[in-house]
Amino acid sequence: MADQATFSEQAMPFMDSLYGAAMRMTRNPADAEDLVQETYLKAYRGFGGFEQGTNLKAWLYRILTNTYINLYRKRQRRPDETDLAEVEDLYLYRRLGGLEAATAGRSAEDELMELFTETEIKEAMEALPENFRIAVLLADVEGFAYKEIAEILEIPIGTVMSRLHRGRKQLQKQLYEFAVARGLAEPEGEDRGTVETAAAEASATVESGS
Amino acid sequence: MGHDCTETLEELYHFLDGECTPEKRAKIEQHLEDCPPCFEAFDFEAEIKEYVRSKCREKSPKDLRARIADAIGLEQSSEV
Repeated sequence: MADQATFSEQAMPFMDSLYGAAMRMTRNPADAEDLVQETYLKAYRGFGGFEQGTNLKAWLYRILTNTYINLYRKRQRRPDETDLAEVEDLYLYRRLGGLEAATAGRSAEDELMELFTETEIKEAMEALPENFRIAVLLADVEGFAYKEIAEILEIPIGTVMSRLHRGRKQLQKQLYEFAVARGLAEPEGEDRGTVETAAAEASATVESGS
Repeated sequence: MGHDCTETLEELYHFLDGECTPEKRAKIEQHLEDCPPCFEAFDFEAEIKEYVRSKCREKSPKDLRARIADAIGLEQSSEV
């Protein structure tokens, strides 16, 4: 049994990461703040039921996710995941993966920074259908193991893996569309041979501008 | 693309997520040493994963901690 007197000391260090997840879930700061506050209140009230020595971060994320689903989900209209087209594996890599060869001597991270802004990464994440978004958030941003995600969302591990798989591919497709919109990649269906040229030009522009 | 490549790529995300058994992990690492195209694909996905992680972080607003402390304080005083 956990003692409420130690609640803040134990639980408050997770506030920034809970707030980050809340931002991706609600997509706006006011709702994210309310969601995090509500999560902490519920966690405080239920802290007696938390078993010391088990995973407090996962326990808090479970409350966050449930609170979000109960309080906020109804308000928002979003695309249905069954509407999603199937996306091939290695979607981005097959379109942009030649980059490293084209711009030798530069880190992959530098190249990604030129292709995708922080805002685009966040928007791509927020555009994912909710079930996929939460799974990808928990795995890729928060670093939870499949088993922990299964417990947080109360779904089988197989479902976790399939949501992650489809969610990540969908995220890559969205990112690719951003790159196309900024003229950094060729639209789908056109000659892919020019993708590397476009990206090389883009990085040359950045370099000459610095 | 050989049989080993297909098998390795199928395990890509389990590997990057740290969800492989040690034996499987060793087998994949060996293949990646021997196969530059698979290594490149793995490296690209690892970079994307890390990039998404680093860009989705947030710093919570300054007053949120105080707001939560107040809410918990109210809760405590109403318990008495």
